[in-house]
Amino acid sequence: MLKSWVLITIALLFAGLAVADEEGGIALLPSGADIKNTESLQRGARNFMNYCSGCHSLKYLRYNRMAADLKIPESELAGNLMFTSDKAFDTINSAMPKDSEGWFGKQPPDLSLMARARGVDYIYSFLKGFYVDKTRPWGVNNLYLPSAAMPHVLQDRQGLQKPVFKNEPDDHGSARMVLVGVDTMTPGALKPEEYDQFVRDIANFLDYAGEPVKDKRQSMGIFVMLFLLVFFVFAYLLKKEYWKDVH
Amino acid sequence: MAAAPDTADPSKSRRLIGWIDERFPMTQLWRSQVSEYYAPKNFNFWYYFGSLALFVLANQLVTGIFLTMSYKPSAAEAFSSIEYIMRDVDGGWLIRYLHSTGASAFFIVVYLHMFRALLYGSHRKPRELLWIFGCLIYLLLMAEAFMGYVLPWGNMSFWGAQVIVSLFGSLPVIGGGLVEWIRGDYVIADATLNRFFALHVAALPLALVFLVIAHLMALHEVGSNNPDGIDIKKHKDAEGHYLDGIPFHPYYTVKDLVGVAGFLLIFCGVIFFAPTFGGLFLEGPNFEPANPLQTPPHIAPVWYFTPFYAMLRAVPSFAGTQVWGVLVMGAAIVVLFFVPWLDRSPVLSIRYRGPLYKIALAVFSVAFIILGVCGLKPPSGIYPQLAKICTALYFAFFLLMPWYTKIDSVKPVPERVTGHA
Repeated sequence: MLKSWVLITIALLFAGLAVADEEGGIALLPSGADIKNTESLQRGARNFMNYCSGCHSLKYLRYNRMAADLKIPESELAGNLMFTSDKAFDTINSAMPKDSEGWFGKQPPDLSLMARARGVDYIYSFLKGFYVDKTRPWGVNNLYLPSAAMPHVLQDRQGLQKPVFKNEPDDHGSARMVLVGVDTMTPGALKPEEYDQFVRDIANFLDYAGEPVKDKRQSMGIFVMLFLLVFFVFAYLLKKEYWKDVH
Repeated sequence: MAAAPDTADPSKSRRLIGWIDERFPMTQLWRSQVSEYYAPKNFNFWYYFGSLALFVLANQLVTGIFLTMSYKPSAAEAFSSIEYIMRDVDGGWLIRYLHSTGASAFFIVVYLHMFRALLYGSHRKPRELLWIFGCLIYLLLMAEAFMGYVLPWGNMSFWGAQVIVSLFGSLPVIGGGLVEWIRGDYVIADATLNRFFALHVAALPLALVFLVIAHLMALHEVGSNNPDGIDIKKHKDAEGHYLDGIPFHPYYTVKDLVGVAGFLLIFCGVIFFAPTFGGLFLEGPNFEPANPLQTPPHIAPVWYFTPFYAMLRAVPSFAGTQVWGVLVMGAAIVVLFFVPWLDRSPVLSIRYRGPLYKIALAVFSVAFIILGVCGLKPPSGIYPQLAKICTALYFAFFLLMPWYTKIDSVKPVPERVTGHA
């Protein structure tokens, strides 16, 4: 019995190792987003609709589902958040025409599942990762998505950042400049911590958009686990009762 | 249930059972397969995984049926229909997570179930066919899981299918035509998705269920093995019942219920709190729709295939063809079928075997897990070398088995089973 548990522990350890240390390149910033913070989600929805939805759709999320989950009154929804449709049961489409590849070099991607595909920390880091790069068409590049096609839409909020390089000799010993981070160049309308909260709310909202049922799933899960614990105890007692006469 | 037809007064239910029994062997089946099927009384922790595999199979069948009600097997609609299930279908998210987590759970319980057989010699005479049916179930399960993984039509579905299907292309002469025949097109496309759907929801589950029935029939014909690896049929009481056996029902039905409860605690923990399991059960790139023009940054199969994927990559190309890796990967499965005859030990259970088998099994298990890790990682750093060593160890476990099990020391085997858990 003991041996079997040791073996299983070893197996789980290896599985854990497999999941860890997958990252290469520059480490993502922890977003600190919390799906249970409804106010943050509401602000995130507002930020998204005002700054992102012009180009990015959320084609799997419906306005009325969002309003219900985020406790946004219907009046508020139609007046302040619906820019691309007048029907609350519609999904959130962008204002971009279908043939807009030429605008940015590619169609801005749908963001419904971005948080699931890349993670909420990625979105947070990406929105903080723009830096000045004169070689790019929009004058900016991104620390977390090199050669990003997206302009720095939040430039007036954040201000501009400049890249920070470090001299790191390569394998053959010759000098090489490596991009290691960004630094403030010109301030924007928001203070740094205000901007962090601004993009944290967007990341949080996109985490919600990726799996609208997430909050419900977790709170439901607690009751399921409690039920199963009780069920386990009763099943065990039943087994013990039956097995009394086995010698 | 029809468990006790001769206890109550001649009520309506008893008359109904009598009516059925005259036309169908219901009570007889119940008795011979369940209430009077005698199982050894000393089953331990490792014996939960057979009934759990059956439980997970039932879960996959039921949730699968409900998923097909809303899923659209076409390249244009598949991805969106999964999101429709996750967002707009009542309880759809739960059904989908039960099914996707169930796939991983299936492999976990089946791997532990197979490990149990290696621990206690459950594949040995007279249970060789039982083991072979089990190996066939495992083989079908891999095909079933692979095709199921393609259905969401995410980018990893697409590129995973691309990699696995093109493996057949390395076979000499027939390769090219075979790949085209499997895909039904010149690329992985709508036709491929459609036929994988047909195989995943109809052909393979049907074959799986038949094989599981055959597996159980073979088990009940020869009787269960036990942690002592001894025959319980030698010692009977005056009424002809095995002294070391107990009726499956109620003893093991209530015991397996505890197993199911314990399993559900872990299973539901994953479903409700970590359904992607850190990208192992549902991979991040699969939340992006299939894109034939852009590969995911790093293509790896789902965790349960990675040991074999690592073997595939560990074998270098030779004489201008990659086919050797494919053959090694196939051989890794085929060799399982021969284990009952490779094992030459006079005893069945690891409890009475010498140190050689214990060391061999431990090394094999660790090598298999390391292969799994190697298959998940990009083929760089220490991983390719590690995969080569572990592939050699994997095959050494089987191919040297006739030798080391024969010369291994053994301890005396008791007449009767030792204790019960």
